[in-house]
Amino acid sequence: MIAELGHYALVLALGLALIQAAVPLLGARWRDPALMSVGSAAAGAQLAFIGLAFAALTACYVTSDFSVLNVYENSHSAMPLLYKVTSVWGNHEGSMLLWVLILALFGALVAAFSRNLPDTLKATVLAVQAWIAVAFLLFILGTSNPFARLTPAPMEGRDLNPILQDLGLAVHPPLLYLGYVGFSISFSFAIAALIEGRIDAAWARWVRPWTLLAWVTLTLGIAMGSYWAYYELGWGGWWFWDPVENASLMPWIAGTALLHSAVVMEKRDALKVWTVLLAIITFSLSLLGAFLVRSGVLTSVHTFATDPTRGVFILAILVIFIGGAFAIFAWRAPVLRQGGLFAPVSREGALIVNNLLLTTACGTVLIGTLYPLALEALTGDKISVGPPFFNATFGPLFLAVMLVVPFGTLMAWKRGDLLGVTQRLMVAAGLALVALIGTVAVQQGGPVLAPLMMGIATFTIAGAATDIVERTGWFRLPPATAWSRTRGLPRSAWGTAFAHAGLGIALLGVVGETFWNTERIVSLRPGETVTVNDYDLHFDGVATRQGPNYNELTARFTVRSGGVPVGTLAPAKRSFPHRAMATTEAALMSRGFSQLYLSLGDVEDNGAVAIRLYHKPLVLLIWIGALVMAFGGLLSLSDRRLRVGAPKPARARPARTTPVSTPAE
Amino acid sequence: MKRIVLALCLMLSASVAGALTPAEMLDDPALEARARNLSRELRCMVCQNQSIDDSDAPLARDLRVLVRERLAAGDSDGEVKTFLVARYGEFVLLRPPFSWRTALLWGTPPLFLLGGLAGLVLYLRRRRAAPAEAVEAPLSDDERARLARALGDGES
Repeated sequence: MIAELGHYALVLALGLALIQAAVPLLGARWRDPALMSVGSAAAGAQLAFIGLAFAALTACYVTSDFSVLNVYENSHSAMPLLYKVTSVWGNHEGSMLLWVLILALFGALVAAFSRNLPDTLKATVLAVQAWIAVAFLLFILGTSNPFARLTPAPMEGRDLNPILQDLGLAVHPPLLYLGYVGFSISFSFAIAALIEGRIDAAWARWVRPWTLLAWVTLTLGIAMGSYWAYYELGWGGWWFWDPVENASLMPWIAGTALLHSAVVMEKRDALKVWTVLLAIITFSLSLLGAFLVRSGVLTSVHTFATDPTRGVFILAILVIFIGGAFAIFAWRAPVLRQGGLFAPVSREGALIVNNLLLTTACGTVLIGTLYPLALEALTGDKISVGPPFFNATFGPLFLAVMLVVPFGTLMAWKRGDLLGVTQRLMVAAGLALVALIGTVAVQQGGPVLAPLMMGIATFTIAGAATDIVERTGWFRLPPATAWSRTRGLPRSAWGTAFAHAGLGIALLGVVGETFWNTERIVSLRPGETVTVNDYDLHFDGVATRQGPNYNELTARFTVRSGGVPVGTLAPAKRSFPHRAMATTEAALMSRGFSQLYLSLGDVEDNGAVAIRLYHKPLVLLIWIGALVMAFGGLLSLSDRRLRVGAPKPARARPARTTPVSTPAE
Repeated sequence: MKRIVLALCLMLSASVAGALTPAEMLDDPALEARARNLSRELRCMVCQNQSIDDSDAPLARDLRVLVRERLAAGDSDGEVKTFLVARYGEFVLLRPPFSWRTALLWGTPPLFLLGGLAGLVLYLRRRRAAPAEAVEAPLSDDERARLARALGDGES
């Protein structure tokens, strides 16, 4: 009964989405406030009904209702409650339901928090948002019904894939989807602006918080997924250039570019057409990601061809939305004209360079991901495009981005002074040089790239600090003045500095993990000791344990550093009888920003256990850097300027009263 | 999401053996280091984008052993790769070699960058030649007032 209720709620949500897709648009056309206001109401109701459907599926999982096919295939009555709940989106149908739930959530948020928006723009945005909802609801109802029944109902479920039975599943997909789907708002705003034929600095200011929110959650989602893969898969890698990872990285890069070009548009009224195009591209890449992951095309072009229903459906969504968006763009973009002139050497210019490098990096990931598929489909030749390709192409581009960042943040709008900026970056450059030389001295003939990358990372971090120092006047003005300027500095300025510093911090971690990683792969008997760097691990013995739905073999190691015990590591192997699968549970010990990483291999006949032991210097900085970036994004998001409907200051200046379409000079 | 795909791969491999095991490793550290580096550039063909160095699959194990056999027999890195490509096709190489088939792949990043630069230069030139003009739909008085309010807190 609950399942049917959920199914019915989903159908009703589709009906609401159809109304929301059409009525507000007509209202905007006829300037009819009553019709336009239907959009907000429908968006709220749509969220309520999709929420109901989601709650219904969750209830089926929590009560282990195995008469529902989806629950039978992905759950087990002995699983802990947390995993029963997370199983809801640990499968194709449920994850699509989560996708539309978040889509509806964003639609409702726009409806609720956009009182400042012109009615027609708001109505159009909500209508476009509903088009996306209609497409995906049709997809779920037509090809991926999570509420399908199974008769006779089995007694027990087939258990969730053991790799997914992890806290990571509770956090990673929802964050990732908030990011993916959050970009749909920028997309809807872009299409609405094209339909309305009007776009100005205010548009950029309305779009930016949504883009920023999506970017922050996507950053966290990707970082979380990376850490999950790192500790779960047992060989200590944190990024694999897997097509599925690339699918999440591409919207992130494009979204980063979008954030920056939207700044130019907001402050200087320039780059409008480009910003709109980027908004479309970013969400298109999200859709592409959904297609790549959901259609099965990645496994092989042929599996896609043998069971094409879902794949073809998503491909159709992809073609209609991306094709349609570009068609509208081609038709309407010439209407939008540029404002604000600027010299090539200026903040605008630097942000354009940023955009050029980021889109190239994004294009590189895109071609690397799609090329093998296209080549196989066209010629039948199979090639692999793996990490070596991406490291060789994406790596340099991103390093270039990081070198440019400090120059960009210090550059003045309209006309910059490259020499002056360089002079102000001398301290940062000096620090970078110290880091570079220090690295060379310490590693003594290690990889050449390591000192270079350490230098670049230091330069980016010091550059971010320089920006703050320059803005507040520390070391230049009396401390009291500098202090008051520090306090008065807008949060968006802090946000920028944190986000950029986060980039540098993450690079430090990448350098440490990539170049100074030490590895021991050995067989060990209880009582024996293995040494990595200055850590001695003594193998105490093995123990077995019975978990709720698995058996576990744990090995205990005592870790000593310079003879002093610093803790124990207890890596494990779990076997899940219901799935006939096993997982490795690596044991990690953080020492500062570095980690000891230990995972178990096979137990040999003579009682020896194969282990993989790593010492990973600075590895934690990779994810700390991502957290710092996301924190910067949140700071910027909390800036009063971007809070929609924030109270106005008493000293309200008469702002630009015309859409600033004339050159400011 | 990514988990699911990786999980599928692991399911295929049914977790018989772990990735690289101590027993497979060569005694000569220099040779073993070469084997590791090679392994990272070779694909486990039944997996989803995993190198044979990382993979649990039996096939990956066979390939690891094969690579070490060839190296021990005195092959150079290039000869091992050629041998594997002859057996399994270019699919086995994670770094696609440059050829007419992959020209577009390797060419895209520089072309993208140069194309973007060229477009940028053209754009900046044209902008200097023809300054912007206002052809957007004008705002109504009501909207202007609201815009003034929305932008009221000014630049920061």
